[in-house]
Amino acid sequence: MSAYETVIGLEVHLQLATNTKAFCGCSTKFGAEPNSHACPVCLGFPGSLPVLNEQAFLFSVKVALALDCKIQGLVKFDRKNYYYPDLPKNFQISQYDMPLSYNGSLEITVKDKTRKRIRIKRVHLEEDAGKLIHPEGKPYSLVDYNRSGIPLLEIVTEPDINSPDEAYEYLTKLKSILEYLRVSDCDMEKGSLRCDANISIRPRGANKLGTKVELKNMNTFKGVRSALEYEAKRQESILEDKGEIAQETRLWNAEKQITTSMRTKEEAQDYRYFPEPDLVPFVVDKDLIRQARESLPELPEAKLNRFVKDFGLSEYDAGVLISQIDIADYFEECAKGYPNRKTISNWITGEVMAVLNDKFIGIKDLKLLPRGLTELLKMIDEGAVSGKMAKAIFAEAAETGADPKEIAEKRGLSQISDRKLIEEMAERVIKREMKTVNDYRAGKSNALAFLIGQIMKESRGKANPALASEILKSKLGGG
Amino acid sequence: MENLYSLTAHALKELMKKDGLNPSKISEDVFGRIEAVDGRVKAIVRVNKSKFSNTKSSGKLSGIPILIKDNICVKDEETTCASKILEGFRPPYDATVVKKLEEAGAVLIGKANMDEFAFGSSCETSCYGPTKNPWDLGRIPGGSSGGSAAAVAADETILALGSDTGGSIRQPAALCGVVGLKPTYGRVSRYGLIAFASSLDQIGPITKDVEDAALLLGVIAGHDEMDSTSVDIPVPDYTKSLVKDVKGMRVGVPKEYFIKGIDKEVDEAVKKAIGLLKSLGAKVAEISLPHTEYAVSAYYIVGPAEASSNLARFDGVQYGLRADRPEDMIDMYVKTRSKGFGDEAKRRILLGTYCLSTGYYDAYYLKAQKIRTRIKEDFESAFKACDCIITPTTPSPAFKIGEKTNDPLSMYLSDIFTIPANLAGIPAISIPCGFSKDGLPIGLQILAKPFDEETIFRAAYTFEQSTEYHKRKPEL
Repeated sequence: MSAYETVIGLEVHLQLATNTKAFCGCSTKFGAEPNSHACPVCLGFPGSLPVLNEQAFLFSVKVALALDCKIQGLVKFDRKNYYYPDLPKNFQISQYDMPLSYNGSLEITVKDKTRKRIRIKRVHLEEDAGKLIHPEGKPYSLVDYNRSGIPLLEIVTEPDINSPDEAYEYLTKLKSILEYLRVSDCDMEKGSLRCDANISIRPRGANKLGTKVELKNMNTFKGVRSALEYEAKRQESILEDKGEIAQETRLWNAEKQITTSMRTKEEAQDYRYFPEPDLVPFVVDKDLIRQARESLPELPEAKLNRFVKDFGLSEYDAGVLISQIDIADYFEECAKGYPNRKTISNWITGEVMAVLNDKFIGIKDLKLLPRGLTELLKMIDEGAVSGKMAKAIFAEAAETGADPKEIAEKRGLSQISDRKLIEEMAERVIKREMKTVNDYRAGKSNALAFLIGQIMKESRGKANPALASEILKSKLGGG
Repeated sequence: MENLYSLTAHALKELMKKDGLNPSKISEDVFGRIEAVDGRVKAIVRVNKSKFSNTKSSGKLSGIPILIKDNICVKDEETTCASKILEGFRPPYDATVVKKLEEAGAVLIGKANMDEFAFGSSCETSCYGPTKNPWDLGRIPGGSSGGSAAAVAADETILALGSDTGGSIRQPAALCGVVGLKPTYGRVSRYGLIAFASSLDQIGPITKDVEDAALLLGVIAGHDEMDSTSVDIPVPDYTKSLVKDVKGMRVGVPKEYFIKGIDKEVDEAVKKAIGLLKSLGAKVAEISLPHTEYAVSAYYIVGPAEASSNLARFDGVQYGLRADRPEDMIDMYVKTRSKGFGDEAKRRILLGTYCLSTGYYDAYYLKAQKIRTRIKEDFESAFKACDCIITPTTPSPAFKIGEKTNDPLSMYLSDIFTIPANLAGIPAISIPCGFSKDGLPIGLQILAKPFDEETIFRAAYTFEQSTEYHKRKPEL
């Protein structure tokens, strides 16, 4: 164990998947022609005024409630003033001293399976900035304001996280909850979920926190973990050399796997926060909070417990299934049409997820629908296909979405489970392979497998091996 | 027959209705007047011939020419706030008040000069040069809506819109001898008004008499879902308040407004006006607004603080001026803003930025907001005992051009009586109540409770109909 304790706080920015932007009616759709989703308000034209999007507020309340936060009685916005060309008004509408919600928590499972509560300091609503584009070799930059004004939720933890692994666990858990709430597509690649980290270290047992460093530019959860690992080591070696850690913002370089200084405390900006005079503070309607609380979906934790209890799954399997709401939904849909839940779980956590990982797709993009999968499972149970055939059928169905039965017929993959046919084959094999039959009767255990193999050969692989084994045993007596 | 340009909107409406006056005659007449006198008054920065024919004939202001202050956006028409930094800026949208005016059939004849971004009380900070007071071309018309007030006084328009952040409608109205109303904060939509201080700004009418002010307010007032600070309260028919009767009306006269340093002629004119109202049956009583002396200081923190943030967007990135060949992004900001803003704009941006800085916020901005609350409370308790409050609009009549340009503090004090209404968000009007020996107009201010413009109109109308001051015209 290191002589130092790592102290981490995380700041997640989440784009809310509202239909329109936070303070105007422009679309929030990703990937549109640059500057096609822009209007005087989100372009910050003089004379334009912001009007709060009710859906953005409701989504924020949902997140706050799911994270067990207190909701502010009075909702107030502030201006955060700084100059940057992607910020059309040169101030961001945000929340400063009265965040929408505060004092929440999220429980994670840490090393040795113990539970740990990470306190959520605040969750507040603000607007996103535009995006700068720097054409290569050109003496100018371009700005795309499509992103400008998209509602952004900032979720800030207390410094309760004590290792990069815990940070990773927290982010995974948080993302899963956010996906369950269906308030964001949580796609780090599209930038709809972003994470900054504050990290400091201190000698074990020390009361005083060390000097914190802010880390930016991590594009994956794994990147966050690697950046924190690198940074903890960097800070340790500074302290070991009796050096002093500078309070600064550092950028993660994923290619080189290092952090580099972006700006020091002295260069830090004075944001000159003050109440946004264009938005009137409003009292939060208690009924609205109650309705939001009642409309919260089942969250991952509850779903896991239910899967274990109602479906008899192991905690591990249930954990894998509930990690993504879409996978959990897929499983539940399958469970409606097929009684053996453990089998469904095995297929989803095995075959299905292998395909998803292989193709980098979500389960929603999988062509094989739950009904197809349960149909395939039933075919196995009925002996219509072997396990091996089923896997081949699954692979094709996952690709094309075709009906498993049709695939089986088309490719001649159906299994021979006709007792009479297999009995005939067994008789031929017994006559032909007398030596092996004798070996079997003499107690040689692998002789049976050879005889089954011969039946498979006769049937060109289509005989139901379980049935073949059963028939052989009864014909040869004992075994 | 009188020249059409010298008439009020309600008189012209009457002529159109009864005598079948062709509305295009009005526009022509007004345009002729502009050509004849604006070379001397310089009230109008852009005449808009293309909008001269609003074909809507059924509206409340059908055929009536109106001049718009240059900080109010008119779609596709240059809108500059009299600042170099917005040179060539043509907003792709109409302000809500502009939409309402066009709906009502008004003819938008052009844009009025103003102090740059409404920073000033004399119209001298305009990038187009100062507007002159029609009563004495050597004097300022007041500001910041100086172009609007001077144009109304000089009969270059029938109606005008101004905006008032600390007195910018009422002070020039007083100095030009016309009527100017700052409505209750939230009464008129600010959408499309280029903000100076968002929590104080309000658009309002500048007119030749009280009836026109009531008529115009009725058109522009009302809730707007594009402006979260506009209030959803029904708009009354203000013309119904035009009743010549103040019997029993309780009028408060705050002792803090009759201070040392107030011009003797102003003091006398206002006291005489109060005497007249009393003789007409109003119950006049002295009241106290104890925090008045802190209003100017609080205003010069809140106003510039908000302005420093509101004006941050003028950076050369999207519209307006961009300095040539900047070396990098920061250089583009610095050069553009250095070149684009005038001295007073820079002064207020610096002041506001300073007040909001870490370590100073509590001492300045927060303190100013507390004073603001006190001033609001002063009015709330005063209005328990009176229906309206009467004060002078300005401490003195119009001063000479250049007289105060090098003394910003003395310039700021010319708004000493108008600022409290903005801080409290209450409505206030200025109407003519006399003339100085030199023939300069003097204004009377009437204030009332939030959303009680009706009491203001009633008191103002009664006074106006009992006097002749509003009928006097400057010689041009």
